[in-house]
Amino acid sequence: MTAPLRLDVRRGAGRGTVTEMSLDVPSDLGYVGPAVELIADQFQASGGAPPPLLSPRRVRFNLRTALAEALANAIAYGNRHDPRRVVRVRVEVRRDAVRIHVTDDGAGFDPAAVPDPTLPERLEREDGRGLFVLRRLVDRVVFSEKGNSVCLTLRAG
Amino acid sequence: MTFSLTKDKRGVVVVGIVGNGQELKQKVIEALEGGAKQFVIDFTRTGYIDSSGLGVLVSLSKKIREQGGDLRLAGLNEDLQTLFELTKLDTLFSIAKTPAEALAAF
Repeated sequence: MTAPLRLDVRRGAGRGTVTEMSLDVPSDLGYVGPAVELIADQFQASGGAPPPLLSPRRVRFNLRTALAEALANAIAYGNRHDPRRVVRVRVEVRRDAVRIHVTDDGAGFDPAAVPDPTLPERLEREDGRGLFVLRRLVDRVVFSEKGNSVCLTLRAG
Repeated sequence: MTFSLTKDKRGVVVVGIVGNGQELKQKVIEALEGGAKQFVIDFTRTGYIDSSGLGVLVSLSKKIREQGGDLRLAGLNEDLQTLFELTKLDTLFSIAKTPAEALAAF
């Protein structure tokens, strides 16, 4: 892990979007933690009004964990750790919700084919929990048709 | 990344973690190969873990059981507790409130 991450923030992006952020993350799992903190920091309460869009716990737990899972999946399964590829993150902060798009350069996959990791016969497996955790931590998860891009929605609150 | 590895009088290894899962795995496996059988992993200073961290714990739990040992978890914050419940891993691990409680249960 060498190159620094650069978060691009544009305020007043228009059409219901208050702020839009974008970030390119190299395909190395070492970048997941720093990328998550960089984005989560933008949602931490700044002390005064207006009240934060997402509660501190939803930022600390739901947003951070879900984003970490989405990034890890994109890096490992989508871009297969290929250092020449990046994962693109785009965050739309709207008045009523936050939408996070995570897109990789991979061939995509069928999310419906991923088995439930809480089934008794799968409970002791090491992998396969990422997507399950992600779905339970945000309000909406929508994959692109190809499956190489996911949009996570966290409603205000 | 820091880890603290302590052993009580009866040889129970208590691992405090602030670092990543792969390092934790290595430390525990080393202690297991050194003959330790009973382990407490203390999450008191751990903010959050992701599903790869959960995978590491599942794998360690299996390895320790294969050696006839026992792994207990302690000091999970509200977020970690929720993550274990969501993934039903709370049914796979013995989870104590504090490391002292986990030690007392051996």
